[in-house]
Amino acid sequence: MDIDDHEITISVNGVRYQRRVESRMLLSDFLRHDLGLAGTHVGCEHGVCGACTVLLDGQPVRSCLMFAVQAEKHEISTVEGVAGGDGEYHPLQQAMHDHHGLQCGYCTPGILMTMTAFLEENRSPSEEEVREALSGNLCRCTGYQNIVDAVMAAAKRMRG
Amino acid sequence: MKPASFRYISATSLEHALSLKAEYGDDAKFLAGGQSLIPTMNFRLARPAILIDLNRIDGLGATRPCDGGGARVGALTRYRTLERDAGFAGMFPLIAEALPHIAHPQIRNRGTIGGNLSHADPASELPAVAVALGARFHVQSTKQQRWCDASNFFVGGLTTDLQSDEMLVEVELPAPKPRTGSCFMEIARRRGDFAIAGVAATMTLGERDECIHVRLVFCGVGETPADASSVAEILRGHAPTEQAIRDVAAAAQAMIDPSGSVHATADYQRHIAGVLTERALQTAYQRARHGH
Repeated sequence: MDIDDHEITISVNGVRYQRRVESRMLLSDFLRHDLGLAGTHVGCEHGVCGACTVLLDGQPVRSCLMFAVQAEKHEISTVEGVAGGDGEYHPLQQAMHDHHGLQCGYCTPGILMTMTAFLEENRSPSEEEVREALSGNLCRCTGYQNIVDAVMAAAKRMRG
Repeated sequence: MKPASFRYISATSLEHALSLKAEYGDDAKFLAGGQSLIPTMNFRLARPAILIDLNRIDGLGATRPCDGGGARVGALTRYRTLERDAGFAGMFPLIAEALPHIAHPQIRNRGTIGGNLSHADPASELPAVAVALGARFHVQSTKQQRWCDASNFFVGGLTTDLQSDEMLVEVELPAPKPRTGSCFMEIARRRGDFAIAGVAATMTLGERDECIHVRLVFCGVGETPADASSVAEILRGHAPTEQAIRDVAAAAQAMIDPSGSVHATADYQRHIAGVLTERALQTAYQRARHGH
């Protein structure tokens, strides 16, 4: 079978990219291999672990459950764009650091993408709401408690 | 793993999508949210030759009121869109209660109502909810359009009444009658996992709080949504007592035929179904009485 490929234009962290992609190229692989944005991690590749979570037009989605060709003309945000332009940590990154919300760090990019989007929508979450929002991101190191603490602390700081 | 090669076509209109499906038949799959299809392609359990992407079709994801109350939900409507729609949640509290059980927020941002129903996973919540609500599905091909009752749509595990050239384009939900209470409950090993057993119950009360209509439908305990409404008929005509509800639960347990899995034996699924039936019917009854 001939390779079925398509020209796409997508924006990642505000930068426009034009590339030719094969139809079967997953968005996660496109980000990592074609754009060199390896901060998006690949865990299970069937939508369970959440490591590959990115934002599609501001909403968290699994990048392993989308084809790159589908991202044509959409805005993607990845962990590389979470910190400020001057390298200053996002309040959640700082809180994850302060509260020891990561150990091996493999799940962390996905958790940052999921929870920064969550905090944009809900600045005063209950712990239960945080746990519910976190339910789609697996972490095998921390036992989650420190992540929950970090999100609660970040929410407080973002409320000002 | 990575998906096998396929040809990708982004449909520009519903007519375009239907004509492509008519042309390619079973070689082609519609790609809506992709949250069930893409995992099976990543595992190479599915290797469609052609994917017809529906995501750029205008209007396929719209929800609108329909004549005589109720709502019509476009097939491409995402779970999260309904979750965020307070008016919809108020009209269909059973759906609002079931939605948070469907996978995780990231999946619900992408997954669609039409994709879920067409996929017809035996453990999925929405097929059972659609049956309990008496939904009708608008099905279209290039040749014809028709309406299919939810209760006739699910014919087997991952198998629906859809023909190879057809698409489910819209779901019609009749407005619940006044004094109707509903409840959705499920038990899963973890939040967002497939249900070991789940139940959707609705109950409508008359002036003396007597039950005048009741539906009871399970998910996860058979190949298709298990409609046990017939065994709940004994509640009709009276205010449901605890004993009557227990009798319904026992009859429902005897009626369903769960297959069991590595996570739960058939007996355990049956037990869970009974416990959930009691709780859900009791809750639906109280909600109908107290008007929410």
